[in-house]
Amino acid sequence: MSMKLSTRQVDGVTIVDCSGRITLGEGSVMMRDTVRDLLAKGNKKIVLNLGEVNYIDSSGIGELVSAYTTTKNQGGELKLLHLTKKVHDLLQITKLYTVFDVKDDEAAAVKGFK
Amino acid sequence: MEQSVSYTFDSTLDTVDHAEEQATRIATELGFSDEEVMQISMAVREGAVNAVLHGNAYAPDKKVMLAFERTADGLVITIRDQGRGIDLGSIPNPLAPENLLKTSGRGIFLMRSFMDEVEIRPSQTGTEVKLIKHGRGSSAAGKEGSQ
Repeated sequence: MSMKLSTRQVDGVTIVDCSGRITLGEGSVMMRDTVRDLLAKGNKKIVLNLGEVNYIDSSGIGELVSAYTTTKNQGGELKLLHLTKKVHDLLQITKLYTVFDVKDDEAAAVKGFK
Repeated sequence: MEQSVSYTFDSTLDTVDHAEEQATRIATELGFSDEEVMQISMAVREGAVNAVLHGNAYAPDKKVMLAFERTADGLVITIRDQGRGIDLGSIPNPLAPENLLKTSGRGIFLMRSFMDEVEIRPSQTGTEVKLIKHGRGSSAAGKEGSQ
C-alpha cells in the first residue's frame, strides 16, 4: 500500500492523517510537500497522525526529522500522534522518541500547543 | 526456498520494493517469526536502498545483485552493487547527539540493529553487504532433511 495523506483543522491546529508506508520515494516526497505547503500557508501548528502508518524505513524516519526541524525553524511546532508499535520501536532504537513530542490522544495533542 | 537463490536488478526504486518483497517471502517460508521477518525485510530494504541510491546512483548500466542462501545456521543475504565503494570510516554515528536530527545516515545502523551479523566489504568495483540472521522456525527446520 502506498501512502495517503489528508489534512483537517481542529482548533487552529492542522492534523495530518497519514496512512500506508512512509518510505523512500513517493511516500517521503508526499510528506515533505505536505508539511512545506502547510508552513507556506501559515499553518505552523502541525500534528502528524501516524496511527495508520504500517511501515516506515530510514528515509521515512529522515522525513519525520525533516518535518520536525523545518517546522521548528519556521517558528512552528510539530507533534506526532498515535504511533504504531513498529514506528514506536524504530523511534526508540534511533533515539528519536525523546526528540519528538509524541502524543497518544488527539485532544491532548491539540491542547498541548503553545 | 532452494538452498540458494539470486536475482539481478536494475538500479531503480522498484528494485528496493522487489528486494523487500523477496526477503519477506523467503524469511516467511523459512519459518522466521513475524518480528524476525520484519527485521530481515527492513534490513534488506535498507541494503537495497544503499546499493541503488548510494552505490550505483541510479545508473542504468549498473546492476544490483541480491542473493539468499539458506544455511544450517539460518539465512545469509548478500547485496552487491557496482558503485565506487563506501568509506565506512566516514559514516557518522546516527545516535550521537550532534547527528540525531540528520535526515539520513541510519540505513547501516538499522541493518546492524536488525540482523545478527552484518559484513560490509567496500571495493573499487562495488560494495558487498552480507546480512546474516541465525536460527529459523520449526517449519524450516522440518524441511531441512528433505532438501
